[in-house]
Amino acid sequence: MLDARIPPGPIEQNWDKCRFDMKLVNPANRRKYNIIVVGSGLAGAAAAATLGQQGYRVQCFSYHDSPRRAHSIAAQGGINAAKNYRNDGDSIFRLFYDTVKGGDFRSRESNVHRLAQISLNIIDQCVAQGVPFAREYGGLLDTRSFGGVQVQRTFYARGQTGQQLLLGAYQALEEQIAAGSVTMHIRSELLDVVVADGRARGIVTRDLVTGKITSHAADVVVLATGGYSNVFYLSTNAKACNCTAIWRAHRRGALFANPCFTQIHPTCIPVSSEHQSKLTLMSESLRNDGRVWVPKQKGETRAPNDIPENERDYFLERRYPSFGNLVPRDVASRNAKEVCDDGRGVGPSGQGVYLDFADAIHRLGLQTVREKYGNLFDIYERITGEDAYTVPMRIYPAPHYTMGGLWVDYHLMSNIPGLFVAGEANFSDHGANRLGASALMQGLADGYFVIPATVPDYLATTKLEPVDTSHAAFAATKDDVSQRIEALLAIKGTRSPDSFHKELGRLMWDECGMARSEAGLRKALARIPELREEFWHNLRIVGGGEELNQSLENANRVSDFLEFAELMCIDALNRTESCGGHFRVESQTPEGEAKRDDENFSYSAAWEWKGLDQAPVLHKEPLNFEYVHLAQRSYK
Amino acid sequence: MNLTLKIWRQINAQAAGKFVTYEVKDVTKDMSFLEMLDKLNEDLLDRGEPPVAFEHDCREGICGSCGFLINGVAHGGHRGTTVCQLSMRFFKDGDALTLEPWRARAFPLIRDLVVNRSAFDRIIQAGGFVSAPTGSAPDANAILIPKEAADTSFDAAACIGCGACVAACPNAAAMLFTSAKLTHLNSLPQGQPQRDQRTVSMVASMNAELFGSCTNHGECEAVCPKEIPLEFIGRMNHDLIRAVTRRRREPLVVAAVVQETSREEAQ
Repeated sequence: MLDARIPPGPIEQNWDKCRFDMKLVNPANRRKYNIIVVGSGLAGAAAAATLGQQGYRVQCFSYHDSPRRAHSIAAQGGINAAKNYRNDGDSIFRLFYDTVKGGDFRSRESNVHRLAQISLNIIDQCVAQGVPFAREYGGLLDTRSFGGVQVQRTFYARGQTGQQLLLGAYQALEEQIAAGSVTMHIRSELLDVVVADGRARGIVTRDLVTGKITSHAADVVVLATGGYSNVFYLSTNAKACNCTAIWRAHRRGALFANPCFTQIHPTCIPVSSEHQSKLTLMSESLRNDGRVWVPKQKGETRAPNDIPENERDYFLERRYPSFGNLVPRDVASRNAKEVCDDGRGVGPSGQGVYLDFADAIHRLGLQTVREKYGNLFDIYERITGEDAYTVPMRIYPAPHYTMGGLWVDYHLMSNIPGLFVAGEANFSDHGANRLGASALMQGLADGYFVIPATVPDYLATTKLEPVDTSHAAFAATKDDVSQRIEALLAIKGTRSPDSFHKELGRLMWDECGMARSEAGLRKALARIPELREEFWHNLRIVGGGEELNQSLENANRVSDFLEFAELMCIDALNRTESCGGHFRVESQTPEGEAKRDDENFSYSAAWEWKGLDQAPVLHKEPLNFEYVHLAQRSYK
Repeated sequence: MNLTLKIWRQINAQAAGKFVTYEVKDVTKDMSFLEMLDKLNEDLLDRGEPPVAFEHDCREGICGSCGFLINGVAHGGHRGTTVCQLSMRFFKDGDALTLEPWRARAFPLIRDLVVNRSAFDRIIQAGGFVSAPTGSAPDANAILIPKEAADTSFDAAACIGCGACVAACPNAAAMLFTSAKLTHLNSLPQGQPQRDQRTVSMVASMNAELFGSCTNHGECEAVCPKEIPLEFIGRMNHDLIRAVTRRRREPLVVAAVVQETSREEAQ
């Protein structure tokens, strides 16, 4: 069932060979094809703009009021590219190697190698668009280092790299909208994918202002709808981020791969109260110069600056001398959790560790530190009221990114013909852990370069029957969507959508978060259906479906998280090994590091939907490592 | 602490709106302003009343979704802070606050505190880009950019498109927004080939969208959560004069509007 369509031959020639073998669409014929792109973040905006430039008729959908609001905008630290401008030993092969290793050997080699190759073009493209990357005084591009690697290959625009890259893609998209090649549908949320005669042929959306449910037909559907970290309720994702698009596609037959691979980012501002609505990330780039520590003794009450040097435990530097504070995210997060569980956490809740810049300020001067990280220190001050130039920051891990997503082949097409998936929404490149500054790279690689190459091949090689919204599949799908909305409105219970979301999030964080055990996962699997049951009997929404109704939007998204969470726990239960961000307490080395089980789990788990009360069916895509030496990761 | 909120309620663009007063109890200092509104909305939902519609998403001050007036000041008046990042520790027990949507002809109201800011997107469509089709780029280091130019460009590119500048301006002008995008792109070597056309087209589009003109009040700069300086409006005017005097060809985008406007500018 799973054909990944990896081109034969040496890995460094895979992409070139694939591009040559793919069929092309004549420029004059391109305008005959209608392509739907859902999502306008890095992957979606880049794909829509590029396909528009090529001459296709593109329709792009976003639930925001403008494509510029997509959550890619919040990425802070940077974007990787194997340019080797520093002459410090970087290469395409090294970026490829680092990414596979960083992903704890659970990604597909060929995809990752392509990503490393394309990384070079991305930086060129973004500079040409006018993205104001940081520069040296000589006018050349500046780079910095990031976790899990030993070269400086991360390009950045202060602490707002995601914003600048998204604005680049957004501007290219707006240019195409003005040119008439892309039609933008704002405030339109995808509620289902239409599969007609075995192919993805359209979508059903709800206009968030009028509530109107509309069907849209096309020749190809591209989903670029982001990840599902908000299953934890509290995460660094924006409030509206949800799994609805990929989950509904899954319910229509798209396989969902590795849902348990989630990333817990080590440097976020700790939770302060019950009312907290989201968590704020402090860029990983801070670990370049900040030193992570906790007091050596439990129950320490002194202020951080009163604790003498010899009574501090710089636990990352102590345990991982060669990578120090720059170990990959999963390792840094787990270590922070360990010292806090040990009773040495700091701050009012005891759930925090210090990130200290005193040495950096001493070494580089206040001005340099301010230039590099000023906006991050400002954010921190605004939220906590503390000045991190004089008092160490307090940080704690938080859900941040999801490596799992819809299963796709080398062409980024799901198992449903004509349904392509790009960016965080797919599963392909990061394995069990994503390295810092690689999400922007992947989103743009998929959007600017992969999708615009593979979608035309699909169009050129497929005999597409003319299909419009009068096809029976559209009517049936639209009915399903309308009924679901009506069902939500008809419950008229007593609990708000947020109260269900919070309860689900707490459960997932406790049982399927940084550490997972069989007992905990079974507990969650028993509880989720109960909670879902209660949701469908006791939800309260005020107002109707034919108006701007934010609690209805929210309830609809929560209803999908309540289904998706179950699959995430099933996947976590199935994978009895630890790898990357997936830490099963039953599987660890004597030093407490994640212990993989390559013999039994060297595969991507792609789950097939069988219905709400049926167990999903597991399909395995075996992972072969021909180029990267399969080894236990060591950052010691 | 307990607060009294007077909030603008309006179910849609056609309906009449009015202020409604609500009490919010047990607000804590570690909440953000929007978390305080979340609490109000949960209370409203419990009572079977429709929650207050307001836009928000990232809640870390970068997406530009959020924004309304608090006691007449966009984003609440803390320098360089969006309303989502505004902490309740700046408020005290018994405070009475009035919340209103952005008020501008170019930003029609949708519901409660939500307005339609698509006019900003249309200004970008008029020329807020560098035409660089994917795949056509030279090596990233082929063009040297002096650090100072890159920094100025970045300062301008930091705009989040929230609309506070328009809401604060007595003329509802979008000049800070437009000048930020122009300064971002016009400061860079990559932005030079389209500089004149971009400037004329974006300014024309801004006028066509019924935004007003700058009369140097400086309110926009004061409320801008990204602290975009007023100076950029000066740069925009400079670039506009430069464009009008140098222009030999008709701009390609929104041609009809541009011709009319640039004739006025030239007079």
